[in-house]
Order: sequence, then structure tokens, then C-alpha cells
Amino acid sequence: MTKVTSLRGLRIMKEIRLHGRGGHGLVKASHIAVRTAVEEGAYGQFIPFFGVERKGSPVFGFLRLSDEPIRRKMQVYEPDILLIFDDTLVTLPATYAGLKEGGTVIINSTRSLDELAVPSQAATVALVDATSICLDAFGRNIPNTAMLGAFCKVTGLLDKDRLFDNIATAFGDANRVAAQNAYDRVVCVKG
Amino acid sequence: MGTKIALTGNHCASRAAALCRPDVIAAYPITPQSSVVESLADFVYGGKLDARMVQVDCEHSAMSVVQGAAAAGGRVFTATSAQGLALMYEPYFRMSTLRMPMVMAIATREMTSPESIWSGQQDVMSVHDAGWIQVFCESNQEILDMIIQGYRIAENPDVQLPVNICYDGFYSSHLVEGVDVPTQEEVDAFLPAYSLPAKLDPDHPQALDPMTPGALMMHYRRSHLEAMQTALNVLEDVDQEFAKAFGRSYGGAIDTYRLDDAEIALVTIGSMTGTARDAVDIAREKGIRAGLLKLRFFRPFPAAKVARALAGKKAFSVVDRSVCFGWNAGPMYVETCAALKDVDERFSHFATIGGLGGADISLDHLLTTLDLLNSSRNEPGKKPVNWLMVD
Repeated sequence: MTKVTSLRGLRIMKEIRLHGRGGHGLVKASHIAVRTAVEEGAYGQFIPFFGVERKGSPVFGFLRLSDEPIRRKMQVYEPDILLIFDDTLVTLPATYAGLKEGGTVIINSTRSLDELAVPSQAATVALVDATSICLDAFGRNIPNTAMLGAFCKVTGLLDKDRLFDNIATAFGDANRVAAQNAYDRVVCVKG
Repeated sequence: MGTKIALTGNHCASRAAALCRPDVIAAYPITPQSSVVESLADFVYGGKLDARMVQVDCEHSAMSVVQGAAAAGGRVFTATSAQGLALMYEPYFRMSTLRMPMVMAIATREMTSPESIWSGQQDVMSVHDAGWIQVFCESNQEILDMIIQGYRIAENPDVQLPVNICYDGFYSSHLVEGVDVPTQEEVDAFLPAYSLPAKLDPDHPQALDPMTPGALMMHYRRSHLEAMQTALNVLEDVDQEFAKAFGRSYGGAIDTYRLDDAEIALVTIGSMTGTARDAVDIAREKGIRAGLLKLRFFRPFPAAKVARALAGKKAFSVVDRSVCFGWNAGPMYVETCAALKDVDERFSHFATIGGLGGADISLDHLLTTLDLLNSSRNEPGKKPVNWLMVD
């Protein structure tokens, strides 16, 4: 895993913020990411943000991956990476808020880059049609495992084989297929 | 050797409780603690844990059931939060004053009103003088380890008191991170089977808790307070024995970070401590001589250790995640000041309050607090309350 130096001069982790809607499986995807990092001997941490729980409402969560112990237990204000499960969320002010200069944005979308209002400080923007991929793979709009596949490809922060094994263990082989298809089909449209 | 796996804080509590081989568990689900109860039910009904799980109608019943089981000699466990803790207050107070050892996990939560289900420590802090030992955890590993240590402290014959293992709702209860889970054999070796010395037994009938006149009550309370003071030593011993057995130690009643040569100090508790460690490092890089005192046990209050740790510092602030309505401050701040002689002459100091009702305590909050401490460090006396507001 790549060691990074923060703008504050500390060697710290990659901070990732996930935006989705209730029912997208954002929390469970993040648990799998942390488990994969821990099994690699690295460090992972996830804190879900709980609003009022109902299907379809905007939800988000805070994921950290590092090769050093992660001490801070707080929300992510200046994400290195944004993982957006639903492109209708890009109009919410909170979605792109605080993205770091040179940051990475991965969006589940079939739209073009100029329709997504991605802030200029994003160095890398990647798009994947995770909704179609999961509908094809298992017939339900639960794009979490497809988004993990895209995240794995674009960031290289998690070991692919271990991640995909953990996805299959948690959700079955159809989800491994979804992750693999997203891994194959995610497209970098910037950077 | 145990294995390292990713677990939520709640699942650390339930795993650890199961490893301690409780005889009886009774609990009622309440956010953010619910998954503790749910996973223990899974263990029991899935045949992985040989314990009696009692489904109850409320938290008052939960504490009453485990109290009866403890009186009959069982090792017992429960968990709760906020309004659940408030509802169990009557048997909660009785549990400690009956001098019955047990462990109860508390995923701390704000007290209503206004209505909230989110994080805050007002629930535990509002019952800090109900006779229980109360320890607060920074990490998921600490939650797991302190449940195991908690039984050793509680069941020590010179202590004989129940213990709360407290951790921040959501910021710990729902946080996932890697944790070393010890084996059953390791925990069995550290925590031998236990039974109350004088227990209810149908073959040898005896009365429990008869009407007690003041003359005897005085003895009871004095003994309870003395046991609390004894616990201050016992918890240090247990921590050291735990380190020998498991290779992890937490420093006993308090922990410190870069405090020895510090001029200014943050006093923290629970999950905010991890963020404060990062804040101290960043302040140090800027040339600010910052340090950290992590309060682990709030009951008994480790007054002598706190006073020694802060001696010679120029300034401190105590960051409370709850309020003390009578003092325009938080409860830890009030008690830290009480532990320090001539506090206004020796220190610049102020109360910091943040993290209420799920509000975040951020790195920026704590860096700003350190800046405030640093700029006022040469002007002893009490400064205004520092509220960590959130946009």
C-alpha cells in the first residue's frame, strides 16, 4: 500500500468518503474494504454516518486505509477519494465538499463528465455503470460490490484477489461477477 | 495466539463477553448498543455460547434478571445505552450497593431532550455516582480487552463491584477496525471461573438485603468507598497481568501521550483521544509543546495520578462529551479541577465541550483548542468555556 504524506506534514492514511442512498449497501461494502486491508496486514477503519434510517435517503460513510495505525476517530472533511454510488447525489453540496487537490472521484454513472459538476481539484475522475452491472449480475440495484470493484481498479489500495474473495464470501459469486465487471469496465474520464 | 479480524466496537463487546463465559445474559436492544445483544443471542442460539439468554421486556428487567442470577452465584453480562440506562437506574444502583460483580457494556449516547439517538456521554456521566466502576475505551481493541479485564477487576475479593465498559456510540460502537481476538484458552487462563462467596442457594436459605438501619448503612457505604479506592490499585495490577498474558497494556487509570515535557495538555476520554493524539503530533511539529492525558477510569476517579500527570504544566483543557449542568462545564473538567491544588494559581485552564448528540470532535477542533491553550499558557486562571461547535 502506498504511503502518503498529508498536507499537515504527517504520514497518514488515505481518507475516503462514500456517498450513497439507503439500500445501496454502502456500509457493508466498507466493512469488506476494512476486512481486506486488515487481512493484508494493513490498517482500515470505517465510521458510518447515521441519519434517519430509511431506504433511498442520502447516506454517507468515512473509510480510511493506511499502512500505519489509524488513530483519529472522526468524520472525513478533506477526502483523498470520493466514491459516489448514485449520480443524482452530485447536486448535494455535501457530496464534493472538501475534496483534496489532486483527489480521485469515482461515480456510478452513465452520464458524461461535463454533466457531473466534478470540482476542478479532482485529478482523476472514473465512471462506471454499476447499476446496470449489478442488475445484470443479480437483478437488484445494490451497486456496492460493483463500486468496490471499480474502487479496487482505480485506486490500487486493496489486493484484488483478497477483496473479491471477501465479496464472494459475504454476498456470493454473483457479486464477485459484479465486482469483476466493474473492475473491467470502469473508465477514467480524467487523469 | 488469537487472530486479527475487522470488527465493530459492539461486536468486540459481544465477542469479549462470550469469551468470559457468562452464565446468564439479559438485555434489551437500544440504539446504538443493539448489535451487542443481537450477536450474543446469535452465539447462544447458534450453540456457540453455553449461557442462558433471557429475553426481557425492558432494561429495568434486564438488570433485575442479571442481579438475581449474580446473587445465585452466576457470572452475568448486559449492555445498554442512554434511555435504557436511565430506565434501569433503580436496579443499577442496587447492583453496586449489593456489591455484586458484573460487567455491563455501555455504548454511550446523548440523553434526550432534544430527541437524539446519537453519540454523547451524558448517559454514563449522569450516573457516575451510582457506585459502579466506569472505564471509557478509545479503540475497539480496548473495548474487547477491557471487558475481559473488567471481570477480573469486578471479581477481585477486595473490590466486589460491578464495572461499566463505556465506549462512544457510533464513533466506536459502529466503527470497524482490525482487532486481535484472543483464543478461549487464553481468556480461560486469565479469567478463572467465578462464583460469589455468599450466594443464594435453595439448600442453604438466607435473606438478601434486609432492611438495614443507619448504623449498619454507615459501615456499608464506608466499605464501598474503600473498595473503590482499592480498585485504583487493583485495576493497575490487572492491566499489568493482562499485558503479561496478551501483550497489550493501557496504562491503568490514565494514559499519557507526549506529556512528560509538555507545557500544555489536553485531557480527553474515549474515542476522541485518537484524534487528540494526531492533534498533539501536529502541534509538536509547529513547535508547540503539547501533550495528552487520557482519562480511562472516571470511577473511581484517579485524582492522585491526574494531579501528578499535570504537575508542572502551564495550561490544560478538559474535553467533555457531556455537560455538568451546575458548573457551566463538563463533569471531567469539574473533577480534574477538584483533583488539583491551587488550580487557578498554577494553571491556565478551561472547560471544552464538544461531541454532543453525535456532533463530531474533529482534528481542527482540537488543534484550535491547543492554540487557545498555547496562547494563554502564561496567564494562570480559569478561561471561558470552549464550545466545539459544528456547522
